[in-house]
Amino acid sequence: MSARDLDAREFFFGHKACAGCGGSLAVRIALKVLGERTVAVLPAGCMSAVGFNFPQLAFTNNALITPFAAAASVMTGIEAGLRRRSVKNVRVVGFAGDGGTADIGLQALSGAIDRGDNILYICYDNEAYMNTGIQKSGLTPHGARTTTTPHKGSRRPKKDMLAIVAANGVNYTASASIGYLDDYMRKIKKAAGITGAKYIHVLAPCPTGWGVNTDETVEIAREAVDVGFWPLREYENGTWITNRAPSRPQDLERHIKRQGRFKIEKRYQED
Amino acid sequence: MPLKRLPDKAPELTAFEAGYLVSPNGEWRSVRPVIDMERCVRCGQCYLYCPDGAISPEISVDYDFCKGCGICAKICGKGAVAMRKESDYAQLHQRK
Ligand SMILES: Cc1ncc(C[n+]2csc(CCOP(=O)(O)OP(=O)(O)O)c2C)c(N)n1
Ligand code: SF4
Ligand code: SF4
Ligand code: SF4
Ligand SMILES: [Mg+2]
Repeated sequence: MSARDLDAREFFFGHKACAGCGGSLAVRIALKVLGERTVAVLPAGCMSAVGFNFPQLAFTNNALITPFAAAASVMTGIEAGLRRRSVKNVRVVGFAGDGGTADIGLQALSGAIDRGDNILYICYDNEAYMNTGIQKSGLTPHGARTTTTPHKGSRRPKKDMLAIVAANGVNYTASASIGYLDDYMRKIKKAAGITGAKYIHVLAPCPTGWGVNTDETVEIAREAVDVGFWPLREYENGTWITNRAPSRPQDLERHIKRQGRFKIEKRYQED
Repeated sequence: MPLKRLPDKAPELTAFEAGYLVSPNGEWRSVRPVIDMERCVRCGQCYLYCPDGAISPEISVDYDFCKGCGICAKICGKGAVAMRKESDYAQLHQRK
């Protein structure tokens, strides 16, 4: 898919995300792939905070906020309601943050996958609880500083969400990056054509929380794939495919060093 | 800052016409993208990668909603987008 295949209209417009926000690009592009007949479901997090500013609404398709833990359950309910009313050709898509997905929303997501509900769940991963001020989540990578891991950075590895949803029996899952939108768009389109529970995990850098410039988020997201930090993968019918192998693993160190969140003061450095 | 499309009357319901009340973000900017249409080959990459959808498919910038992040300038393979200081455009900034 390329820019020409998109719906020319904007469905997520005028939002109040920080300049250069990767998450807002992930939401904007997904809706331009899915089109008007889409209900967007967003738990508490940056994208709901910047999209629903009463009395303003930055969504031009149907969209609603859910309690933090409930994104997948609310999606289930909307999908069931649409079916009960015989409303055809409407998709239910979720946009949840990393905290809302890998931590607090995990059991709701697991339930929806277990029931085989016909939903497309998209996790935009900015690798911390950004909306409340950059706290560590289960998807914060090892070594990244947050306001709750302020000195040495996170001591824990990043949870492997793709493996988790695959183990739960998801119909389709893929990783994506806002640095490679053609790949992301293709995966959304593909997922939209599959019946059952689908999960797409898109790396969406946050300039505010990562300590990078506003014009660097797309570049960083692309580089994360190229250096092997964030492989692009797909899982369907029990098989994994790698979409793009790391093209310049030698740049991994440079990739880490250019991000403020990985800068550890000398006195806190170990070995 | 006055809102651009504020209705005369306070709304009574939470159900608005979608997209209707969105206030502009252009005043957040300290730099603005200026596209050199001679160099531009209309590949659409800036339109695609703008997080704010502030560049149209026909490649014109909506300065009411562009936040000046600079992603379009970085993504452009033709070097057609220059980021210029907003202060140079101060007079255009005054609101009616
Ligand atoms: C039950 C509950 N606990 C805590 C909060 C506060 N809260 C709102 S948004 C948020 C952070 C969300 O982080 P994430 O899901 O990663 O999304 P991001 O803000 O990073 O986009 C938190 C902790 C809440 N709204 N509800
Ligand atoms: S804090 Fe980060 S994720 Fe939240 S709106 Fe700003 S750039 Fe986007
Ligand atoms: S990215 Fe550059 S060349 Fe392509 S449409 Fe935008 S300004 Fe033109
Ligand atoms: S500077 Fe940022 S917000 Fe403005 S048009 Fe370019 S990409 Fe969009
Ligand atoms: Mg987050």
